[in-house]
Parts: sequence; structure tokens; C-alpha cells
Amino acid sequence: MRDLTLPQNSTVANLMQRIPGVAIMLIICILGFALLSPDFLSMRNIANVGVQSAILLMISLPMTLVIMTEGIDMSIGAVLTFCGVVAAYVLGQTHNLPIAIVIAVGVGLVIGLMNGAIIVYANMPPFVVTLGTLGICQSLALILTDGQSLTDVGDSIGLAYNGHLLGIPLPIYFALISYLVSYVLLYHTRFGTYVCAIGGNRDALKLAGVRVNLHHVAVYAFSGVMAGVASILLTARMSAGHPTAAIGMEFDAIAAVIVGGTSFEKGNGWLFGTFLGVLTVGVLRNGLNLVGVQSSVQVASIGLLVLVALLLDSLKSKA
Amino acid sequence: MSNLIEELKNSSQLKNLFFRLLVVLIICIALSFLTEAFFTTNNLLNVLRQASLLFLLASGLTLVVLTAGIDLSVGANLGMSACLAALVMTNTGSTLLGFMAGIGCGTLIGFGNGLLVTALRLPSFIATYGMLWILHGITYYFMGGTTLGGFDKSFRFIGTGYLYGIPVPIYIMTIFIIAGSIFTKYSIYGQQVYAVGANPVSARLSGVPVNRRLMLVYVLSGLTAGLASLVFLARLNSAEGDIGETLTLPAIAAVLIGGTSLFGGVGSILGTLIGALILTLVLNGMNILTINGNYQALVTGVIIILSVFLDLFFRKKSNT
Repeated sequence: MRDLTLPQNSTVANLMQRIPGVAIMLIICILGFALLSPDFLSMRNIANVGVQSAILLMISLPMTLVIMTEGIDMSIGAVLTFCGVVAAYVLGQTHNLPIAIVIAVGVGLVIGLMNGAIIVYANMPPFVVTLGTLGICQSLALILTDGQSLTDVGDSIGLAYNGHLLGIPLPIYFALISYLVSYVLLYHTRFGTYVCAIGGNRDALKLAGVRVNLHHVAVYAFSGVMAGVASILLTARMSAGHPTAAIGMEFDAIAAVIVGGTSFEKGNGWLFGTFLGVLTVGVLRNGLNLVGVQSSVQVASIGLLVLVALLLDSLKSKA
Repeated sequence: MSNLIEELKNSSQLKNLFFRLLVVLIICIALSFLTEAFFTTNNLLNVLRQASLLFLLASGLTLVVLTAGIDLSVGANLGMSACLAALVMTNTGSTLLGFMAGIGCGTLIGFGNGLLVTALRLPSFIATYGMLWILHGITYYFMGGTTLGGFDKSFRFIGTGYLYGIPVPIYIMTIFIIAGSIFTKYSIYGQQVYAVGANPVSARLSGVPVNRRLMLVYVLSGLTAGLASLVFLARLNSAEGDIGETLTLPAIAAVLIGGTSLFGGVGSILGTLIGALILTLVLNGMNILTINGNYQALVTGVIIILSVFLDLFFRKKSNT
């Protein structure tokens, strides 16, 4: 039986075995783009990568937890989009930022709870439930906006993305706080221990008297809430609510988690790996942008990145 | 004894199909009461043609789902195959080469999916989901927002033509159903596909080459996507980068409504046809009742979740 007290991956040996995959790819990407583009290593661009990766990190962190429970959240890009549109809509109606934030996060929470409840209590495969939710949220975003951008959002929300504190852009704070919250949740609470155990041996956990279902639903609720919070940044970035803004972003998130070394089996997850994975995806996208590669090719290259990561993984496990 | 069990199993499958046909009938009756525009020869033929297009795409997917897998890349596969076929046809002027390009492209993508699932041992939804975005990326890159159109009349015949008053895609659909049913019910390959889906371990122990059968279903799913892409192309008479984007959810919905279980081993090609028919009727009904097209993905999403829920519900009931 698995050790329930701590995730296996926090042992030093495991860490050492894992670092290479992500870190090597990250370093290769950084070196490659530094050679290809002189602007890549400028302070401004480095800050850019950080700011651009903030939203991705905020949805990749809960994705890590979800995948650790042997699940998946295909809907997170669509939920992010829908919450962003809701925030813009509420802002247009009330011009009150706090209310918009509360409602957007609330919508995310409700969708996450619904995902979790259906998956856990009806015992349905996560990918199909969240695929259904993806369609539903995509539709809702289009219906709410009638396919147009909502641009009447006022100036206050733009600050969340463009503002600075002590010379550091605000999105970086958002990202760091999200990381800290996820870190504490996963490694320093009972909830985190249960998350690791749900993927490893759900039945044993149940037999131990843990209210597994509740914690399992909470994982998806966390995913929804984080999508809600990230949606504020998304709407702030564009100063508008756009109904297809983050469609497909779940792919970047899943890619970052896989590249970061979290596996689909047995709840082996690694939060810092996801952080590095997000940076790798962010650097790749930013660098390809600088070199002048279209965003459609960027998507394909992220797919390749995942393949390379998986190949490295299987080579390592054979060695 | 085993014969008797087999018969009972078959009859419960027949019952399921009958039940679904009843749903088709109810929707038809409801729609004819709701609007006069529904029960016209034109609209009914239109529904059948749309359903047949959806069925073509979903038929190969059914085989994948029978093995407890999924192929999320069918829509993107169709898009890429259609664009490649269009590119070849407009550049060479040869319909035959276009055909070969479309079918070859689809099959090759299916082969790639199969490799990811069998050699890399990836969960099928991750492998094919990654494939989806890779294909989207490549297709967008090569099309770059351009539209290719204006194909040969003989080519367009397979999408828009009529034979004895019935649209050609319906004939193609019929051929697919017969071939698919014979393959799944009467060939050893088909039976082994069911066995892999029901229990891969016992299938392997009984001497079924599990990986090769898995490879087979992904290749077939790619092949049908390639074939479907040609019919779609002929029907639309134009190819754009985003051609297959909105087709993945409906194809999955058609398979699931048709009674093929996501957990593998249960279902049929005929069921998928009825599933495609039900979904098309619903969407067509929404259309003629002038309900906003933005609701279509919502309805499809709800239907997907509901049909898996019902599948599980009835399984539990029959187990107790």
C-alpha cells in the first residue's frame, strides 16, 4: 500500500530523478531563443514571460491536483472564458469591480462543484463530464455576449493586469500567491494528503474513514475557483470580455502539467514541476512569437513538447 | 446454455435499439406538431443527409469507444484531410489524387493516434486531444485563412448529388452500416474488438493481440474521418482551416446516444446511426424553431453528460 503521509515524490532521490526532464527542456528553450533573438533575454521580455504565464499558471496548478486524482478538467479553458465574460458583463451593468470579481469567482465555483458532483457521485469518467461542460460553457459565453466582445468594462479592472507594485507587475503577485496557496493546500493540509491518496488508492482511503467524496469534489471546485480568479486577469488583459478568449487554453495547462512530470497514474504529482512546465510553455510561446512564428504553429509545437517530455519519461523509466 | 445467454444479450441489445427508435419517433411527432416546416420531404431528406454525414464521422469513432477508448481528434482529422484533399485537387485537377490524399491523410493520423496509445501507453483521451491541437495548428498554418473551393462536378456528386431522388450521402451511409455491422458482428477482428473493450486482460490471456486490435480501431477511425472529409468537402464545395472544429462534440454525442458504452465492450454501429439521427433531429428542430445557434453546443454538452449518466444508471440496475 502507498504511504499516505507524504507524496512519494518529495524524497530527494525522486526529485533528482525528475528534475532533468522539465529543467533540461526549459534550459534548451531559453538557450535556443537567446541565440535566435537578441531581445529574448532583455529584462522587459523576461517580465513579459512572467506576466503572460500568470494566467496559465493559475489554471495549471488546480489541473495538477485534478490529474493527481487520476482525473482531468477539459472544461477549464471554457470556464475561464465564461467567467471572464461574466465579469465583463457584470462590470458593464454595475461598474462595480468587487461585485464583478465575486460573481465571476462564484460562477467558477458553481461550475467546478457541478463537475465534481457529477464525476464523484454519479461515478462518471472525468474527461467526458468536463467535455460536456466545455460545450456548455462555450455556448453560455456565446449566448451571454451574442458572439460580440463586451468592451464596456471601465478602467479599474485593467489595473489588475497592467498595474505595478514595487516595480513588479501585479500578475506576478497573482501567480505567486496562487502558487503559495496551492503549495500549502497540497503539502501542508489534510486535504492535500487525501488528494495524493485519491489517485493512489481511493478505496483504502475510504476504508480509513475519510470522507473521500467530499474531498474529491473539492478538487474540481478548486479548479473552478482558480478559473474564476484567473478570469479577472484575462478580462483585465484585454479590457474586454471576449467569448472565445481562452478556448483551448486547457491544452496549454494539461501540457504544462505533463511536461512538469505529473503522471496520469497513481497520483504522482509535482507542483514545482508544474511551475517549471508553465515556464517552459510560456518561454516557448514567447520565444516563437519573437522569432515571428504564428500562434497556430505554437500550438503544434507545444504538442511536440509534450511528446518529447513523454518520450524522455519512458526512456528514463526504462533506464 | 451459452447460446441462451447469447440470445438474451442480443435481445436486450435489440430492446435498446428499439427504445432509441422510439425516441426518434417521439421527436419527429413532437416536431411535426410544433412546426409545419418539419414534415416536408425536403427537410426530412435534409435531416437524413446531415445525419449520414455525422454518422460517417462517428462510425469509426464507435469502434474506438467499443475498446473503452476515445478519439477526440476526429473533427480535426476531418478538417486536415479535407484541406489536404482540396489542396491536391485544386493543384493537380485530379479527383482521384484528391481522394487518395484525403483518405491517406486520415488513415495516417489514425495510425499516429494508435502509436501514441499502444507504444507510448498514453490514455487515449490525452493522446488524441494532443493530436487535435497539433492538427489544428498545422492545418491553420497551411491554410492561413484562405478558402479553397470550386471542385469538379463529378467530385461534388458524392456530397450533393441525388440518385433516384435520394441524396448520395445516404447511399454511402448505407454501405458503411452494412460493412460496419458485418465487421463488428461477423468478423473475428470485430469480435476481438469487443473482447478488448470488455476486458483487456482476459482478452490478452485468451490470445487476442490487444495492441494490434487497438491499432486497428484507431486506424479505422482515422480512415472513416478521411472518408467523411471527402463527403463534407463535396457538400460544402469549399475548404477552410476551421472546417472540422465544431464536429467533435456532435460525433462523440452520436456514439454515446447510440448506446455504445464509454466503458467498452457494449454498443453497435447501428446504434450510432440512430444516435446521429436523434442528435440531428434535435439540432434541426432547434434550427427550424429559430432557436439561437449558440445554444447548439450547450444542448450537445448536456446530451453527452446525460447519455453517459443513463448508461451507468441502467448498468447498475441490470447488475442488481
